[in-house]
Formats: sequence, structure tokens, C-alpha cells
Amino acid sequence: MTDSKYFTTTKKGEIFELKAELNSDKKEKKKEAVKKVIASMTVGKDVSALFPDVVNCMQTDNLELKKLVYLYLMNYAKSQPDMAIMAVNTFVKDCEDPNPLIRALAVRTMGCIRVDKITEYLCEPLRKCLKDEDPYVRKTAAVCVAKLHDINAQLVEDQGFLDTLKDLISDSNPMVVANAVAALSEIAESHPNSNLMDLNPQTINKLLTALNECTEWGQIFILDCLANYTPRDDRESQSICERVTPRLSHANSAVVLSAVKVLMKFMEMLPKDLDYYGTLLKKLAPPLVTLLSAEPELQYVALRNINLIVQRRPEILKHEMKVFFVKYNDPIYVKLEKLDIMIRLASQANIAQVLAELKEYATEVDVDFVRKAVRAIGRCAIKVEQSAERCVSTLLDLIQTKVNYVVQEAIVVIKDIFRKYPNKYESVIATLCENLDSLDEPEARAAMIWIVGEYAERIDNADELLESFLEGFHDESTQVQLQLLTAIVKLFLKKPTETQELVQQVLSLATQDSDNPDLRDRGYIYWRLLSTDPVAAKEVVLAEKPLISEETDLIEPTLLEELICHIGTLASVYHKPPSAFVEGSRGVQHKRLPGSAGSGESESPDAGSAGGVSEAPPAVIPSQGDLLGDLLNLDLTPPTATGPPPPSSGMQMGAMDLLGGGLDSLLGGDLGGSPAMGSGFGGPPAAMPASFSAPVSGGLDDLFDLGGGVGMPMGAYSPPKTIWLPAMKAKGLEILGTFARRAGVIQMEMTLTNKAMSVMSDFAIQFNRNSFGLAPAGPLQVLTPLSPNQSIEVALPLNTVGPIMKMEPLNNLQVAVKNNIDVFYFSCQYPISMLFVEDGTMDRQVFLATWKDIPNDNEAQFQIKDCHLNSDAASNKLQGSNIFTIAKRTVEGQDMLYQSIKLTNGIWVLAELKVQAGNPNFMVSLKCRAPEVSQCVFQSYEAVLKN
Amino acid sequence: MSTKRNFIDLQRHLKDRTRGAFSAAHTLLPYWHRVTHQWQLESAAEMIHSLFLINHTGDIFLEKHWKSVISRGVCDYFLEVKEKAVEPENVPPVLQTPHHYLISIYRDKLFFLSVIQTEVPPLFVIEFLHRVADTFQDYFGECSESIIKDNVVTVYELLEEMLDNGFPLATESNILKEMIKPPTILRSVVNTLTVLLFFPGSSNVGDKLPTGQLSNIPWRRAAVKYTNNEAYFDVIEEIDAILDKSGMTVFAEIQGVIEACTRLSGMPDLTLSFMNPRLLDDVSFHPCVRFKRWESERVLSFIPPDGNFTLMTYHVSSQNLVAIPVYVKQNISFFETGSCGRLDITIGPKQTMGKMVEGLMVTVHMPKAVLSVNLTASQGNYTYDLATKVLVWDIGKLNPQKPPNLRGTLSVQSGAPRPEENPALDIKLKIQQLAISGLKVNRLDMYGEKYKPFKGVKYMTKAGKFQVRT
Repeated sequence: MTDSKYFTTTKKGEIFELKAELNSDKKEKKKEAVKKVIASMTVGKDVSALFPDVVNCMQTDNLELKKLVYLYLMNYAKSQPDMAIMAVNTFVKDCEDPNPLIRALAVRTMGCIRVDKITEYLCEPLRKCLKDEDPYVRKTAAVCVAKLHDINAQLVEDQGFLDTLKDLISDSNPMVVANAVAALSEIAESHPNSNLMDLNPQTINKLLTALNECTEWGQIFILDCLANYTPRDDRESQSICERVTPRLSHANSAVVLSAVKVLMKFMEMLPKDLDYYGTLLKKLAPPLVTLLSAEPELQYVALRNINLIVQRRPEILKHEMKVFFVKYNDPIYVKLEKLDIMIRLASQANIAQVLAELKEYATEVDVDFVRKAVRAIGRCAIKVEQSAERCVSTLLDLIQTKVNYVVQEAIVVIKDIFRKYPNKYESVIATLCENLDSLDEPEARAAMIWIVGEYAERIDNADELLESFLEGFHDESTQVQLQLLTAIVKLFLKKPTETQELVQQVLSLATQDSDNPDLRDRGYIYWRLLSTDPVAAKEVVLAEKPLISEETDLIEPTLLEELICHIGTLASVYHKPPSAFVEGSRGVQHKRLPGSAGSGESESPDAGSAGGVSEAPPAVIPSQGDLLGDLLNLDLTPPTATGPPPPSSGMQMGAMDLLGGGLDSLLGGDLGGSPAMGSGFGGPPAAMPASFSAPVSGGLDDLFDLGGGVGMPMGAYSPPKTIWLPAMKAKGLEILGTFARRAGVIQMEMTLTNKAMSVMSDFAIQFNRNSFGLAPAGPLQVLTPLSPNQSIEVALPLNTVGPIMKMEPLNNLQVAVKNNIDVFYFSCQYPISMLFVEDGTMDRQVFLATWKDIPNDNEAQFQIKDCHLNSDAASNKLQGSNIFTIAKRTVEGQDMLYQSIKLTNGIWVLAELKVQAGNPNFMVSLKCRAPEVSQCVFQSYEAVLKN
Repeated sequence: MSTKRNFIDLQRHLKDRTRGAFSAAHTLLPYWHRVTHQWQLESAAEMIHSLFLINHTGDIFLEKHWKSVISRGVCDYFLEVKEKAVEPENVPPVLQTPHHYLISIYRDKLFFLSVIQTEVPPLFVIEFLHRVADTFQDYFGECSESIIKDNVVTVYELLEEMLDNGFPLATESNILKEMIKPPTILRSVVNTLTVLLFFPGSSNVGDKLPTGQLSNIPWRRAAVKYTNNEAYFDVIEEIDAILDKSGMTVFAEIQGVIEACTRLSGMPDLTLSFMNPRLLDDVSFHPCVRFKRWESERVLSFIPPDGNFTLMTYHVSSQNLVAIPVYVKQNISFFETGSCGRLDITIGPKQTMGKMVEGLMVTVHMPKAVLSVNLTASQGNYTYDLATKVLVWDIGKLNPQKPPNLRGTLSVQSGAPRPEENPALDIKLKIQQLAISGLKVNRLDMYGEKYKPFKGVKYMTKAGKFQVRT
């Protein structure tokens, strides 16, 4: 007979029948009945109605029956708290049982019953079990402390269980040590500042000893705990590494990866010239390779982590390229990851092999994979210059296969290769042109058109080719239309005689027959350029383009550092900081690799700012603004404040409307937003003066400002003073205060009033640690004693180099003021706009790339109600508080302002402000790498706009 | 449920707003990386919150909750992805839902799906899930929906014993069997003495503390007694290789494993040494192996668990050490016009070290357009599954004098374009009494006990992922 008999039901009603059986006198029948109940539970049936009957079976000396009843209890106690109380006595009794198995079982089960009333009764038995003579009971009890902490943290602290738990780290039994560590780590996770795991050389030594002897799971807990320790010097670091390396040969892959984490972290502290450093590097490769022969699920996690490791230390796996070769029956998720790592490891030494493989993959069945393989070939060409030629010929071979999506993907990447190596591979253009008709994806069509336009002088029939695209102009996607417009203008500038008709045709299509404003605007610009000054047009449109950057899609160095500290975790699988996973920001401690130049203390808790890294990974520009986009991104030269931006580069950027952006900058950002101007432009192009910037738009500004009826505030917004410290609480000292940013200096402006009867003197001020490191830049200047009923205005300049601690709310500041009478404490909140620095204008290109690069998760949207400003007035107002508008567009009557803000600690906040004429409700979307600040920034927006 | 849709909307929204200005050149990362909303995990106890067992058609047939009950609705996210992945193997192992993580493995046509609420090492969870599947296999002889349903109470007891509050408790087969009796079929196989000793009465559950649980050798129980003391070691090597069209080796490596079966009384302390330990530079050991002695002397010194276990796995990747036992000549082509193609495959011996190649089998996943095949095999039989488009040629023993050949025509759906992809050949083979890397056991010594055990070593080479590209 099998357990499936427990699933059979009768007509009478299952529950009814079970009830009868549970109350039977016969032990065997009882046991069978409980088994039936459990069986129902496993398939998700609700058998909670049987609670009292099942609990009645609990007092038994039959261990199996007892276990089954306990199983049932854990599942349903929460729904029947009053009934669960009935079980308490038996639990308490079982905790005294001579059989350690039963003692452990009882304490374990009690911890799983999440009913408050029961937890009170749990304390005494738990205390005994923590000191039990039998280590099996002790290790079970250690876990129980963590369970109890989750239910009632206060209780655990009050009862002193945490101290007992800490004592267990020194237990003689390694399994007890491991469980104590696991329990403490778990508790510490919900109490980031509790300093529970007081790691010092003595405890580390105990952990390392237990590491050798405990179970595989215990080893994982201990290794993860070790990873949080920062050794005092390189010798300690080396000795820990030496004792951890044997774990690399463990059969459990989670143990291996946790050991890799510890080693990767502690390695940072070892001097590079040390022999041991080299030895360690060599030891890391084999276990990582071995992980790739495990089950596909394990491979996937391993690959995501290896992706991080090769970015940090490419030398470890540089000779292991072949293990990343794809097998045709690998799951698709493994294939894509392997491909990614292959590109990262590609170098001059192995490029031939890599290319041969990629070519093989490009003939596989899975479309996603094939496309990625073709793109990868392009990335190789850009990454390894020596291979470019081979890559191009491989791509040409692939084009010959005529497989539609392969051809299209190949053309897209060849365009990138042209961008990297101009005037080198133009011989292939003829082959590309043969495939013109098969291109049906916008990206490929746009790429092809760009190529034709860029090399128009070498393609005899460029005009015919472009003309053929022009026929279906209105059916094309915007991306293609824009490319086509630019390409034809390029062609015209290169061969003006034969193509006049063509260019007129495209300009009229773009300006008159299109309702797409981007296209129309770009059309007008070209038109005007061409008609006003063809020479200038040539200089602008055919200007030399900057080369595209080499290494792309690398993870930001600070994020990478943090992720290396979290190898093996979910964060490492998603390549996102752990703060994106844990609720709020509670419990988030940003981990950093040791041995870095800058000390962790001066670091903001939001890790947005770049930290001092002793050795920056290659090819990454470590500036905050450089947020590596993908291949299609331009890595632009410094912002072109005077000249126009390289105009035709818009073509290389897919749909990026760089030219539209160029216009905005030319016109000071005012043109696009005003409908009146827009319609004015509808006229013949020649009517516009050659220089149309300052006076016109300035005039418009004034008009609009009048219309808005709002005067322009000068300087940053500063809230009115509020009472920070009432006299009642401070023995007669009253403090009113506010914050202001004046000429780039943050000031705390206070009115001190003496409402006491005696004279006050000897004033001093101190800040608690806070989120942005605000600290007084000098002493509090109250020179003369403050007589009764006298007030004094003080302005205290602040800097942001003080110690940092994350506050809740973020902009909270705790202040202590001392005078001759006493010390007084109060807390106040500063508007975060005080921290917006003056050089917060982000380069437009960087903005685009950054916006795209910041995950959508980090975007926060807010509404600002009842704000009766137009977009220009709003922009001006915000600018006064260092919120800089760097671009503006108008879509269907909505003005979109793109704005950037830089905080004192280097965090950038990107914003999009939507203003609709006649609608007093603004929408603001904020994107930031440290999304915690978004709420505060929004408050500043609201405050600035409404005041 | 509509996470993906929401995401797309979000993207579209962003695009619309910026009118393509920020049009993301989509990375080809699988979309599950992009299915991300701002959501957070509760910081709560419990690493593995719940476990669901799901069959390959998507029915949830067992659930176990270690904390509060989570509605099985959480599996909908998983089922949705599974639906899209078409092949169950392609379901990614880590998924996000608004409130949980789902970490799953696919084994024996079953999904083991765990629900996670805290930041927890995913490998930890995956390893644990595999351990659960191993345990079912070990207890019931197979790991299938029907056998799990048949033993549901034992399964439940096992799960409870294996995990406590997210902390693995007892995952060693030896210890588990002392606490929870395997079902009767298997019980008869287990040494009768053991049963009498540990499972008195008819109870399913042992009432003594497992002896190995707390000793420094948790993998072994005390007081083991056999009348015949034996120790067997199987050295099994699998060749993973990719050969290109011309037969050149693109990549080859050996995955080796030493499986042991020790039935030894008392506390035997074994030392196993190799003739050529230098081959082994990348190894993972069972926890029983003393790593220090391996490092200093290159011998395996250990007190073995009782019964079957994996002593070590190793990995030989140095190209010149990996011999390829067979050559494959193949030509699969489709004609430009007309609706047919040709197939011609010949397999012959290459580096067999003088041993017989057996169990030879070739599997080809044909392009979808191939309707039927008309082939002649000089040896063995072939089958072609019309539904899955899989051609299997079962050859058997390889005759070195007359290399087996399979040739004939393939008919392609008329009007269909010429198949673009080249089907790869998957080769299976076995060679007895040979470890292809050349690894040889030198001797096995036993200390700590007085009796003379019977010792045996067997070698075997198999094809692992052995693929020939066409």
C-alpha cells in the first residue's frame, strides 16, 4: 500500500470521517488518520477544521505520530491561536524529555509556531535548550533564537538570548558554531547597526576552525560571515586566504562560490608582488571552470558571477576561453551568458578561436541567440583592433547566407565598425547594397541608409538607392525617416549637381507632409542651413565624427566593487546593488572592497559617488557622468558649448535625435517650447535671419514671464525660518532656523533668542553624523553674551565633509547646541536643494546615456499640484536652486524639461518635468542611481516651484 | 502576472515621452532580467520559504511551507514564463515576482520550485533542491510524480527533517535514513541489521538521535556491521567535446568522477593512491576527504560514509590529455531546388586505446522542415520521430574493420525554404575498463580495523556532451 490511499475520499465527507478516526482509541488508526490529514495538507487542501482533534493526538510516546502532529501544528497554528495554546504544555514537557531528539524537536517546532501567546512560554525552555548538554539540542536552539527574533525582536534582546548566541560561537561543536553564526547573521541583517557580529581575530580564528569541521551548509554561513570581516593587514589577510582555499575543492558549488567571494575580497589587500598573490590567482580558475560542468541552473548562477569576476580580474580566466564555448543543447539562458563572457575574455591571443565559434553560433536555430552572436562579432571587431578585418569578412560571409535576421543584424554592427574604423572597410559597401531589399527592420534600414549617406561619394548610385527608400517615406519608422533625411542632405552636399531635386523632395516630405515634430524640425534646420550658408552647412553636416568607444557595457566600478563583495547572492545574479532588494534601505550596508585608497567613511551611504579605487579596471572612465551605454552610444568629446555639436552623428545613434538636441542648444532651449515660434517657422526658410538666438528668445522669455505673472526669484530657494528648539525645552533658549545656499555655500541661518532670565554665553554647536556629511565649517559665531530677551541672527557656514550616517528621513539633521547653561538637542530637516551644486549641468549626451543606463526601477514619478507657472518660468525658478534645464521639447502641447542636478557628494539626479499649458499639475520623473534621494528631491521641486 | 506586459508598456511609455530620443538599443539579455519593478523583499527569517513540486505540464502536485502558507498563485509567474520558454529546460532558474524570488530546478521532468523572501545565495538554494531530488531518488528508487504521490507522508517528513527555518538540517542520506525509514521496497535491500537496530517496531521514524549527526564525521553512523566487508570504486569519465565539420576538436574536456560503494564495519580509515595523481589539478571532494593530505601527498585519505557516495569529481581540460575515441565523417545537405536532402554519416575508431567502443548511438535534431527520412544503416537501427524531428541511430558495438554507415535521403516539406541551420550530431558511447585520461588507481589501504575487506576498482569511459557540428 502506498500513501496514495490517503487521498481517496468517500461520499460521507472527508472531514467528518477523519474526525471520527482521529478520535479513535486505536493508536494505529489515529496515526493513519493524521497521515491522511497531512496528505491533504500537502496538496493544498484546507484541513484546519480538524485542529482540536489533531492536537489531541499530540500527547503520545510514538515519535512518528508526534512528528506528524507537529507538522500539522506548524501549518495551522497561526490560524487557530487560541487552540494552539492547548499544545503549550506538551511542548514544555517535551523540552525536558530525556531523549535529545524529542527536546530538539519540541524547541524547533515551538519556534515555528508564530503565535505571540506561545512565544512567551518559549523563553524558559529555549534558555535551557541553549545550554543543553547535547550539542544537537544546542544547535537546534541556536536556530530557534533567530526564529523567535523574527517574531519578537524585543523579547529576544530582553531575555539576553543574543549574548547566549554569541557565546555559542565559542562552542566546542562545529555544527553549533555554524548554526550560531547563521542565526546571528540573519538577525544582524535586520539590525544593520547592532554590531552583533563582533568580528575580531579571536572569533575569526574560531570560525576558521569550525569551517573545517562543520557541514557544507554551515560552511556557507561561516564563509559569508567571514566575507564581512576586514583583516587588519595583508598578513592576516593572507593567512585567512590560506585557510579558506581548501574550500575551493568542495563538492557543493555554493561553498565554492562563497569561498571565491572571501578570496576575491581579501585578495585586494595582498601586495601584487607577493608570490602568494600569484598562487592564489592560479587557484581561483579551476573551481570556477568546474562550476560550469554542473547542472545548468548552477551554471547560470556561476556564469552571472563569473561575468563580474572577469570584469574585476580578467587575468583569472584569460586562458579558459574554451570552457565558455556553447553546446547546442545548453539551455538558452546559459548560452546567452556564455556568449557575454566570451566577448569579455576576447583578446588578440584568442580572437581567431572566438570568431570561429561566433560564426558557428550564427547558424544556430535560436533567433535570439543568433542575433546576439552576430552582434558579438561586431563587438570583437571594435574591441580587438587586429581582428577587425577578420570580423568584417566573417560578417560578409554571414551576409552571404541571406538569412534575413542575420543579414540585418550584420549590417547594424558593420555600421558600428565603420564608426570605429572610418575609411577602412568601405570596399564591402557593394555587398551590403545588394541586400538592400531584404531589410525590413527599422534598425537595419537606418544603419544601411547611414552607410549610404556617409559614403555617398563612393557609391555611384547612392542617389538611386536613397531615392528608392524615399518612395515609402511615410510608412517608415521615425528612425529611418530621420536617417534618410540626413543621408540625402549629406549626399547633396557631396554631389550637389545631380541631387538637387532629391533633397528638395525629402525636405518637403519632412517639413510639410510630416506631423512628426522631430523630423520637421530637423528638416527646417537643414533647409535653413542649406539656403543660408551652404559652406557652413557642409562644415556642420559633414563634420568629422568622434570615434566610438572601445569597451562597452561594463559595470560601473563602484557598483562592481560592491557586487564583488556580494558574490553568490541574488544581487550578483541581477547585477544590481543589494539595496535594490531589501526593503526600504533598512539593513543595507554598502560593502566595499578593502584596501581601497579612499576610506569608507567619507563615502555617502548611497554609493552613488565614485570611490577611490586603488586600481581602476581598464577602459572605464571613472567619472560619475560616464555611465557606459551600449555600442550605439557616442562617447562624445567635452561638451561643445560654442560650436554646434557634431551634427551628423545623430545618424549613428539610432533614433537619437542629436540634431534636434543641437538645435535646442543653439536656441538656448527656448525655441521648441513656444508654439508661437513654431508656427512662425512654418514660413519659408529664407525668411529667418541667420542668427536667431538671443534677442528673440530673450524677448519671448520676458513675455512669458509676464504672462505667468511671476517674478524671477534670485538665488536658491530658502524656506522660512521655523522653530527648531522651543524655549521651554531648552531652559529659555529658543532657536528659529532655516537653511540657505548662498553663492555656493550652504548656510544654517538661525535666530537665537534668550527667553530666560539670565545671560547666555559660550555657545557652541555640533552635528550628529548625517546622510550627506553636513558639518559646521567653523565655530558658531556668537561673540557677545546674549542678554535676556535679546535675539541674535547667526549664519553658520556648513561643509559636507563630515562623517556620514544614513538618516531617516534622509535629510534629517540632529544638532546639539551648547551654552553656559546646558547642552540641548534638536533635530531639523534641511531642504535637499541646499546640496545641489552649481556645476550640476550635465552634458546632454551623458544625460541621454545616463537616463537610459539607470534602470527603470530607479525611476520615481511625482505630481506637483496647483503650480501656475509656464515651463520657462518654472525652468528659471528651478535654475535658481541649481536644478538645470539642459533640454526641452514640446510634444502635443506638453513641454518636457530635461533637467540635471548634482549633489554635493557627486550623486546625479536626472529629471523630466512635464508641463502642460493650462494644467496646473506638473509631473516630475526622477531617475537616480541612488533612488533613496528621489523623495527629498521631489520635495525640493515642490518647495522651489511653489515659493 | 502581467509583469512583462507592464514592462513593455513602461518602455513604450518612455519611448513615447521622449519620442525615441532615448530609444534603448535593446540588450539581448533575456527578458527576465528586464522584468523589474521597484519592489523589495521583506527582511524576514527563513531562507527557503516554501517548496512547490510541479510536473512538466504545469500541475502543482505538492507544496510544503516552512513558515506561513504562501498561496500557490505565486507559481503563476513561473508558469507564465514556462509557457513562453516552450522547452521546460529553457526556464531560467531565478525569477522575480513582485514580492518573492522563485528559484527552481528541472529534474526528471519535474520542477522543484522554491519561494524565497530574503536575499539568499541562489546556489545554496539550487544545491539544496538538487539534494532534495537526490534524496527522493535515493529513498524511492526514482524521482517521479507518481512515486512522490505514493509516498507523500514520507516526503513530507523528509522535507521537514531536511530544512529548519531555512537552515538545512540533515541532508546526508546516512543520517536521514536513521531518522526516517525508507519505504518497504528499499528497506529489504538495506542491511537487516540496520533495520533492527534503528527502526524497531513498525514506526516510520527512528527515535534515536542519529549517531553521525554530531560527531566530527557526520557522514558516517557508528556501529556499522557487515558480514562481508567490501569497498568498490568506479572511476567514470565522461568526454565533453565539440568537433567541427572537418573533425577537428574545437573543445574537449573530461569530467571524471569516482563513485564509491563501501560496506565496511566499524570505523575504517582508507587511503587511496593513484599511479598518476598529477593528472588531477582540478578536483572536488566529498567532505570526508582530508584535504591537507591531498595537498601534501596527493593521496585520498578518508573515513568513508556507509554505502554509496561520490568520493571525488575531477576535471581534465588540458587538450593533449583528452583523447577522442571515434571519428565521425558526415555530410548533411539540402538541395537548393527540389524538396530533398542527403545524409551520410560514418563513424570509425580513432583513439580507443585498444578497447571496444560500445553503446554507440547518434542523435540528430533535424530542421523542422524535414518531413521524413529514407536511410539505410550498414549496422544497427535508426528511428525518426516525426513530431520531435529527432533522428536516432542506435549502432551498438563499433566494428573497427567495418565502420558503420548511415546514408540516404531526407524529404523536405515542399515549398518550404531550404533549411538554414545545420543540425549537430550528438554521440553517445561507452568504453569499459578504460579511463580515457589514463588515470589509474595504485592501491587502497585500510587502517583502524583488523579485518581484510574485499576491494575492487572499475573503469569506464562515456561520452558526455559529445557533439559534432555539421
